Amino acid sequence: MTHRLTFRGTEVAAEPGQSVAAALVAAGILGWRTTRRGGRPRGLFCGIGVCFDCLLTVDGVPDQRACLVTAADGMTLGDDADSQDPGSPGKGGAARA
Amino acid sequence: MHDVAVVGAGPAGLAAAVEAAEAGLAVALLDTAGQPGGQYWRHYDETHDRPADRVGHHGWPVFTGLRNRLDALRAAGRIRYLPGHQVWLITRDEGGAFTLRMTATASTCAGSGIDRSLPARALILCPGGYDRQLPVPGWDLPGVMTAGGVQALLKGHRTTAGRRAVVAGTGPFLLPVATGLARAGVTVAAVVEANATLGWLRDPVGAMSAAGKAVEALQYAALMARHRIPYRTRTVVREILGTDRVEAVRTVRVDTAGRPAGPEQEIAADLVALGWGFTPSLELPLMLGAETVQDTDGSLVVAVDARQRSSVGGLYVAGEATGVGGATLAVHEGRLSALALAAALGRPADPAATRRLRGAVRRGRRFAAAMQRTYPVPGAWPQWLSETTLVCRCEEVSYGDLRRAYHDLGAQDARTLKMLARPGMGWCQGRVCGFATAAIAARLSGRATTADDLRPLATRSLAVPVPLGELADLADDTTPAETLQHPTRERGRDGE
Repeated sequence: MTHRLTFRGTEVAAEPGQSVAAALVAAGILGWRTTRRGGRPRGLFCGIGVCFDCLLTVDGVPDQRACLVTAADGMTLGDDADSQDPGSPGKGGAARA
Repeated sequence: MHDVAVVGAGPAGLAAAVEAAEAGLAVALLDTAGQPGGQYWRHYDETHDRPADRVGHHGWPVFTGLRNRLDALRAAGRIRYLPGHQVWLITRDEGGAFTLRMTATASTCAGSGIDRSLPARALILCPGGYDRQLPVPGWDLPGVMTAGGVQALLKGHRTTAGRRAVVAGTGPFLLPVATGLARAGVTVAAVVEANATLGWLRDPVGAMSAAGKAVEALQYAALMARHRIPYRTRTVVREILGTDRVEAVRTVRVDTAGRPAGPEQEIAADLVALGWGFTPSLELPLMLGAETVQDTDGSLVVAVDARQRSSVGGLYVAGEATGVGGATLAVHEGRLSALALAAALGRPADPAATRRLRGAVRRGRRFAAAMQRTYPVPGAWPQWLSETTLVCRCEEVSYGDLRRAYHDLGAQDARTLKMLARPGMGWCQGRVCGFATAAIAARLSGRATTADDLRPLATRSLAVPVPLGELADLADDTTPAETLQHPTRERGRDGE
């Protein structure tokens, strides 16, 4: 059964077992956040959880690595914050080195 | 308490865990992924896979052999396997026991029962590595990915990231990425290799150390020919073109040092896969103060002895973290570390098996060094940068920013450069730009990169970002106060 997800109002399909990032890329969506300083689009880069470029809000939980989150039916991806101030230090309550 | 916690379920960690358990040790095996295999044996979710998903994996029978032993040992209660767990802190008590702190890899795993803390008498760290990157103008455009990321998307998620690809950088790993894409129906417009040829076939040391590898190379050469993939040697991508996504690359011929020396060419592409060898993941060994050295390929690696023991008592390290050498070597190192630990804990370990493994590791290391010498990062690579090229993708620090910090603010070493210009201070904590930033710092001072340049960018106080709630929980715990007082500050050997 194909999963149906919603990315900012657009339906995105995913095969069971695929990551959220794979579903977005397969749908032709390559960028899903913009950078803080340059306002540049970003999406998948390392694809294995190392680079944190693919951060995305998943079901209201901010700053999830889209490459590591398995797609599930009915998931809501992205919110306004992803396109405004993503990746700022400490956002979403995470501590970093 | 477990006798040993093995971190990482790739080739080294899987081998270490099953060998240690079969030697009678109580083993915990922790892994960030949801199923074993690591990056090398990354494969589609087994609960949903199809027969075609099993095609194109190297050494697959080795993996299934290890996985079957893991399953049997789990069923017998001799290995506790914890997938979906990432370790963010390791501490040590006065008695020498380690405590590992874990968090869920993704929020969606959090509900399924994550162990937050695990004590162990000894550690075998097998954290693996990831593609090494060199910044190039335009590498921050969507559609540019690491070569390993393209491979992971293909093998792990059955997804191709584009229709027309250029695979670029250096090393033999570019070939399986290119042929994998071609097999999946992507047009591979070119493989762009900075070094000379498949020269390691002619390297007598390499050929004699690993005859199987020569066969593998010939198979790739045949696949490249079958898919009519152009292979451009002594060529680099010097610019990636596009506005909001990749549209083309501009390549240039280079000399042996990587200096542009020939005509440029524009190649249309909507996917660019970049890889310059691999960077070992060192945050956990560095957190415990393990000694590190610079390897032949320029990477920082953990120094280990002939039994895979690090400078820290009870801490064994195996696989790419001790030097990039591929899956076969990693399996040997994993097994060796487990047998050495078992012997140290008074379990019977077959001395002949240990001797054979030590020989295999020695030969594997020689071969790895030959490969690393054949595919070096060209020394002149910073010449490809423009002032506006991003070096640190997270904090959007450009090459010009680094030059200004050096010339105007006196940031003459990697650590000061990091403090003043903030490369490596973002979400990825320098994993992606660490090698490049260290090399730029050294080059601006007119010298070669050393281990001292690399360490400040490889040391992290927390191995991964963690929810603040989990940090707060630690305050009620027995973790050393220093960690709690400065959770966001550099610490460890190089953080003072």
